[in-house]
Amino acid sequence: MKAKQFVERLMNALFFLCGVLAIASVALIAVYMIVSGIPAIHEIGLLDFLTGEVWASTAAEPKFGILPFILTSVYGTAAATLIGVPVGLLTAVFLAKIAPRHVADKIRPAIDLLAGIPSVVYGLVGVSVLVPLIAQVFGLPKGTSLLAAILVLSVMILPSIVSVSETALAAVPPEYEEASLALGATHIETIFKVSIPAARSGIAAGVVLGIGRAIGEAMAVMMVAGNVANMPALFDSVTFLTTAISKEMSYASGLQRQALFSIALVLFLFIMLINVVLGFLLKRGGRKEK
Amino acid sequence: MKKIISLGVVLAMAAAMLAGCGSTSSSAPAAATAAPAPAASSSQAAALTGSVGTNGSTSMEKVIGGLSEAFMENNSGVKVTYDPTGSGTGIQAVIDGTTDLGLSSRGLKDEEKAEGLTSKTVALDGIAIIVNNDNPIEDLSIQQIADIATGKITNWKDVGGNDSEIVMEGREAGSGTRDGFESIVGVKDECKYANESTSTGAVIANVTSNANAIGYASLSAVDDTVKAIKVEGVAASEATVLDGTYKIQRPFIFVLKEGATLSDASQAFLDFALSKDAADIITGAGAVPVAK
Repeated sequence: MKAKQFVERLMNALFFLCGVLAIASVALIAVYMIVSGIPAIHEIGLLDFLTGEVWASTAAEPKFGILPFILTSVYGTAAATLIGVPVGLLTAVFLAKIAPRHVADKIRPAIDLLAGIPSVVYGLVGVSVLVPLIAQVFGLPKGTSLLAAILVLSVMILPSIVSVSETALAAVPPEYEEASLALGATHIETIFKVSIPAARSGIAAGVVLGIGRAIGEAMAVMMVAGNVANMPALFDSVTFLTTAISKEMSYASGLQRQALFSIALVLFLFIMLINVVLGFLLKRGGRKEK
Repeated sequence: MKKIISLGVVLAMAAAMLAGCGSTSSSAPAAATAAPAPAASSSQAAALTGSVGTNGSTSMEKVIGGLSEAFMENNSGVKVTYDPTGSGTGIQAVIDGTTDLGLSSRGLKDEEKAEGLTSKTVALDGIAIIVNNDNPIEDLSIQQIADIATGKITNWKDVGGNDSEIVMEGREAGSGTRDGFESIVGVKDECKYANESTSTGAVIANVTSNANAIGYASLSAVDDTVKAIKVEGVAASEATVLDGTYKIQRPFIFVLKEGATLSDASQAFLDFALSKDAADIITGAGAVPVAK
């Protein structure tokens, strides 16, 4: 009996330790980001840092304006969401409501696999297939551009949108749909007027999750976006918040290095904001189901 | 009970694996340091101790990194440090006496020599201008290259090539090659790049895949997937860099105080860096050694 109790206690402690480890990591990263990100912002000036349009970190008179990076990240993510959400949502509808079971069972693993493909592979396919294609289709001298990054990101966010939306759609009580059908609505009308509205908080959670993935992506974007610190334009070479950090980190020193930490802090705040929105959506969805 | 036993077995196996990793990783450097030890004892009669402080050019990071690693392997009592602060700061540090050896990736100016400084060239850094193999361009002047880099010339036909837009490939801010190219060609902070890559290999890959591209890369990294063009009529090669006819090059120098005596450790490091033994290390770091 005593041994049993001891094991019970031990395992409890172990679980607690694991939980603490996760929280400690997050807290450590948050504190580190703030501590190492603040000095450069203080030195450059918050307004100059956030709204400056020129980033020339190694010039004789260095300029540290990250507005091009912020706008590129916002535009790129928004456009990728604009493409990814309709495609992802319709895929989810197809899987949850329309496809015969054996077809859905074949498509679902394919989408799960899409989520598991490393981002460097997305980048590799992007740079060897998509980038030359863009140059050819639009008659440009080079294909590395915001457009290429948007297209790569829109495929990368599909899995999170599809799988979360599908789960939400499948959880819609069948009585809702049966009632709609009984009133004479067609299958498609029922999906768009009843199922999707009923699952909207779950779908929104999937979309926000996708946005989080898009804004945090560095590797694939770095390979296709060209990485010049231009203000965003569809066919121009651009730098995202993530790639601004990763491309200069290896040789950076002094204020330049500190400024990269400040960019990371800005990115961190973006991600936190997205997580807060996600938590809010999930909570609202959960309450409604009760 | 069974589960607890199996858990224990798993833990034991994990521990064994970790232990395995630990022992292999700790034995590897031991083997590496053991090998050159006899060489060190034969060349150095008395074991050197102390530290060598180097301060200056960020472009010399790879060269100094390679040299100090090899030097410290043979002289385990010496610690070589490197502060990548920039050539100007490194030269000032020698004047102020805050460093043993200054590092500069440009020659000393007259007013710096007037401060009683002298220099020893350790290597030359040749930067090749590369274009796609299908590009008919063979030769460009420095002025033409500068105009292309700053976006004054945007079409290949303006320099005698095909009628197509020029795509300027470059490195990221902070890269030594970028700094070298921009300062030699005289376009510092004025370049309009189409793409910025984070490695020489990526620049070469971009030029390989785009018929309109032009870029720059360390001479040692250029292979036959791209064409290194002539600059002012001179082909880029180790020989033309050494005899000074190839223009896009700069010296990597050690900056010293004229007549001052260095510590034994610093003198030994300097001698090693300028000796023939260091040539392979310098080549490996992408520069052209000057020791014959």
